[in-house]
Amino acid sequence: MSEKYPPELIKDLERKAKKVRCLIVSMIANAGSGHPGGSLSSSDLVVALFFARLKHDPKNPKWPERDRFHLSKGHCCPLLYAVLAEDGYFKVDELLTLRKLGSILQGHPDRRTPGIEAASGSLGQGLSVSLGMALAGKIDKIPYRVYCLMGDGETQEGNIWEAAMAASHYKCDNICAMLDYNGFQIDGKTKDVMNIDPVADKWRAFGWHTIEIDGHDMRQILAAYDEADSVKGKPTIIIANTIKGKGVSLMENVCDFHGRAPNAEETKKALEELK
Amino acid sequence: MELLYQRDIYGQTLVELGKENKNIVVLDCDLSSSTRTALFARAFPERFFNFGVAEQNMMATAGGLASCGKIVFASTFAIFASGRAWDQVRNTISYNNFNVRIVATHAGVTVGEDGASHQAIADMAIMRAIPNMTVVVPCDGPETRDVIKAAVEYSGPMYIRLGRSKVQTIENKGKFKIGLSYCLKEGDDITLVACGIMVKEALEAAEELKKENINASVLNVHTIKPLDEETILKFARKTNRFVVCEEHLVAGGLASAIAEFLSETYPIKIARIGIRNHFGQSGSPQDLLRVYNLTSSDILKEAKKLIGR
Repeated sequence: MSEKYPPELIKDLERKAKKVRCLIVSMIANAGSGHPGGSLSSSDLVVALFFARLKHDPKNPKWPERDRFHLSKGHCCPLLYAVLAEDGYFKVDELLTLRKLGSILQGHPDRRTPGIEAASGSLGQGLSVSLGMALAGKIDKIPYRVYCLMGDGETQEGNIWEAAMAASHYKCDNICAMLDYNGFQIDGKTKDVMNIDPVADKWRAFGWHTIEIDGHDMRQILAAYDEADSVKGKPTIIIANTIKGKGVSLMENVCDFHGRAPNAEETKKALEELK
Repeated sequence: MELLYQRDIYGQTLVELGKENKNIVVLDCDLSSSTRTALFARAFPERFFNFGVAEQNMMATAGGLASCGKIVFASTFAIFASGRAWDQVRNTISYNNFNVRIVATHAGVTVGEDGASHQAIADMAIMRAIPNMTVVVPCDGPETRDVIKAAVEYSGPMYIRLGRSKVQTIENKGKFKIGLSYCLKEGDDITLVACGIMVKEALEAAEELKKENINASVLNVHTIKPLDEETILKFARKTNRFVVCEEHLVAGGLASAIAEFLSETYPIKIARIGIRNHFGQSGSPQDLLRVYNLTSSDILKEAKKLIGR
């Protein structure tokens, strides 16, 4: 295990995740609105993917053979913007234009942003979009992989299950979905608003290979991506158990921070903690 | 007199185009035998995907395929294409400006016996209200072929509306181009504007009007959006009276598009032939056209009223 995932790599990813969390808090605070909770809960998943697994080229975002990443839970775009900026798709300074008139960083993902494959924001459509990308890869016989990040509340949408059925039917083993299972949605705990459990059983019943992990453990995350790579004949979903608002104590498991910006004092505290 | 199913022509044209263009991918939702995409499925199984009864998934998946450079034809009945999957059409297809061609068959009341639940009568309005979307309603078999061929080269999302029943081929049409309407008959007294199956009805009404010494122009406005404003304005100036004919609600479709444009530029009297504020019902296509006042004699009546005869 230690040889496969050298401690330096893990440390580096953890450092990057912290940096990305700082950027998320700063940019949402600066914008005065946005969705910190789910951005912070899925930071480790996306940082590990972009900096250790995704085959892509920030200098050539349209490279046909690139792996695709699609953010189905579009409201968590501050996370994606931070990662794209850190990776060199655009300048980090751009992050302070989030949600402002004329910005390349819209309130929800838009194709005007370098590195964004398709818009999202209306929940439940991203797995279908990813399925389309996966089918295109199969037609063209290009072995790229398609990663799709979904929220837990999002899987209450019927469209998700239509896509789940079809991805399995068409044996799309080039799809790796990630479920950010932080257990909260706007109106409260997911299990109280509309229970999605037993979630792994549901995906298995739809013909998916499922992997359940601690979504904040870099080793488990990398191992899950590797396992997904090796699965043949069916799509994989990584069910990542996460903490909403992870990394910022005052936001952790606080439902209110699903969709509200921190005030000046909260921002100061959050950034100190993430130093 | 040639009678053709538009959807037969659609399926055959897809096969023809699929041979030359390997980028064409066709999708359907368990209606491939009715929409005739089954012809493409047989010829190119590796580029055809059936999604079962799941229109939302088909539309959003179409977007994903298009994001990878595919030219996607996605088909189902008009009622489901425009209603069931509207958010996917808006947010995944049109907002991204993806090259998806939604080819919807069985539009309008002429679906017939299946009744109101299956009769798309607001689809043009629904699609016209989405930015980036182009809306085309071909009038017969050959024009269906023209629009499907043109759709391969066209940029951006399209909604192409076809009917269920056989339609008579309209002779002596002009050269087809998306966004350009053409005049089928010149006359100075009034202009009958139509799209889809109503073009034939308008031509028949013009013949009847002639017997009463009224010379009508007949315009085929197959592209509802973007509207051919230049031609519309030219005929508004020339005849000062329009009867606009469509197998659709009078709200939101071709008549609305024309009235919106002319009220800002050159207001004239417009009579609307279309379905008023109600749902359809079961019946034969011919009976339904008659019940909802969508025949040449209804056009004739409105035209005479407008002229004061």
